[in-house]
Amino acid sequence: MTRKHDITLTINGHDHAITVDARRTLADAIRDQCGQTGTHIGCEHGVCGSCTLLLDGVPVRSCLIFAVQCVGVAIRTVEGLAQGDELHPLQRSFIEHHALQCGFCTPGFLMLAVGILENEPNISDADLRAALSSNLCRCTGYANIVKAVRAAADELRAGP
Amino acid sequence: MKPAAFEYHAARSVEEAVATLAEVAPDQGRILAGGQSLVPTMAFRLATPEHLVDINGIEELGRLAVEDGVLSIGACVRHAAFHRPVTDGGLGAILTFMAGHIGHYPIRQRGTFCGSLAQADPSSEWCLAAVTLDATITAQSTRGRRTIAGADFIQGIMTTALEDDELLVETRIALPAADTRFGFAEFSRRAGDFALAMALVSFRLSGGVMHDARLGIGGAEDHPRRIPQAEAALDGQPPGSQAFEAAAAAVAAALDPMEDAGTSAQYRRELAQCLARRALESAAESAAA
Ligand SMILES: Cc1cc2nc3c(=O)[nH]c(=O)nc-3n(C[C@H](O)[C@H](O)[C@H](O)COP(=O)(O)OP(=O)(O)OC[C@H]3O[C@@H](n4cnc5c(N)ncnc54)[C@H](O)[C@@H]3O)c2cc1C
Ligand code: FES
Ligand code: FES
Repeated sequence: MTRKHDITLTINGHDHAITVDARRTLADAIRDQCGQTGTHIGCEHGVCGSCTLLLDGVPVRSCLIFAVQCVGVAIRTVEGLAQGDELHPLQRSFIEHHALQCGFCTPGFLMLAVGILENEPNISDADLRAALSSNLCRCTGYANIVKAVRAAADELRAGP
Repeated sequence: MKPAAFEYHAARSVEEAVATLAEVAPDQGRILAGGQSLVPTMAFRLATPEHLVDINGIEELGRLAVEDGVLSIGACVRHAAFHRPVTDGGLGAILTFMAGHIGHYPIRQRGTFCGSLAQADPSSEWCLAAVTLDATITAQSTRGRRTIAGADFIQGIMTTALEDDELLVETRIALPAADTRFGFAEFSRRAGDFALAMALVSFRLSGGVMHDARLGIGGAEDHPRRIPQAEAALDGQPPGSQAFEAAAAAVAAALDPMEDAGTSAQYRRELAQCLARRALESAAESAAA
């Protein structure tokens, strides 16, 4: 028998006290035990990016980190982007630029983009395209995703 | 797929990490660094370690420093630390360029330089750097510390000189002479994939001819290595297409490339030849620091 771990995950500013096996990935823990199902799971081995979220402001694959490793870390997921009824500029931009169809990949792309733009607000077009190549979308095609993120980047830079 | 059960140990110091590792290594205990190779392998159940010793909480292992002409890279220094040059001059710039070829942006936020060496994937950019630039690797266990040369450390596909109870503590790279020029080129079929072949080169110039040439090839054979025949084709020659073609031809002649379903040995050989030439051309173009 392996040991169980009593941990607290801080997701979008809210504490969730849960008990996990060490083998439980962060993606599974936040979905199954914290009820935050906005973060999607596709490949479970780091390739697709649908599980991308922010750990202390940095985009990571939540299928490649164990929940026990995430105590005391600020976790941000797609559920934390909108302020009440007010969508995040990236969410609005995805709608305006038709950057999603089925939406399965969208939470991962949004969190990837939020992380990139918060860390590199002046990112070049070439670097942005390279960074967005981190995630897979099976239906939209990437051109509209790049457009949406570019437009949101310009809006965020211009300020409210 | 989900990883199999294991016992988790969060180490707070290097001493604690190696003491725990000494205890659990006989039961398939392993170090957990960035997890960007280990966790996928566990998800596929290709690895089923019974214990993981997490080193991410060990502050001293996050050390990235340039001191006394040496770049020291601690075990918890992430790939993303190289997104901006870590030193002035050609070395910092080439490491930044190479880092951009490792997986994807989020992978680089977690994966570590030293973890790449411990993993020893044939297509690892950092393994190629360690071998070509003569890195020195420090390993520690309860039996003490030792240092291992980069070329002796990487022994084959996912095979290194590390013993099961040893922690790779840091990697050191001597800063090159300020006038050293660097070039790197790799090819992969899709962004973020492991490369099918890659080349890292450096040389110095004096009196219009190259000297101290280094030329390493990764991804083509089961581990990266320098190609002495190619380096000999560069030393004493002026930089230019004649010497570069000769060195690239020497690469093709020296390699015994891997084969897989999608990639023949001949294809990898020609790819390595082409990449060696491209890396040399970009070194020639790069301004000497
Ligand atoms: C989608 C994807 C694409 C990728 N593409 C590339 C690529 O193009 N090029 C590339 O080089 N890599 C690539 N990687 C792998 C990535 O670079 C890993 O970060 C790296 O190979 C391992 O470093 P880590 O810190 O994540 O180690 P971990 O995954 O934590 O560990 C890997 C292995 O090394 C051992 N280990 C780690 N650190 C130490 C230490 N300090 N002492 C002793 N043993 C240790 C572990 O026990 C384990 O066996 C990719 C990964 C993914 C998921
Ligand atoms: S589910 Fe994490 S990268 Fe695919
Ligand atoms: S919108 Fe369907 S996978 Fe991207």
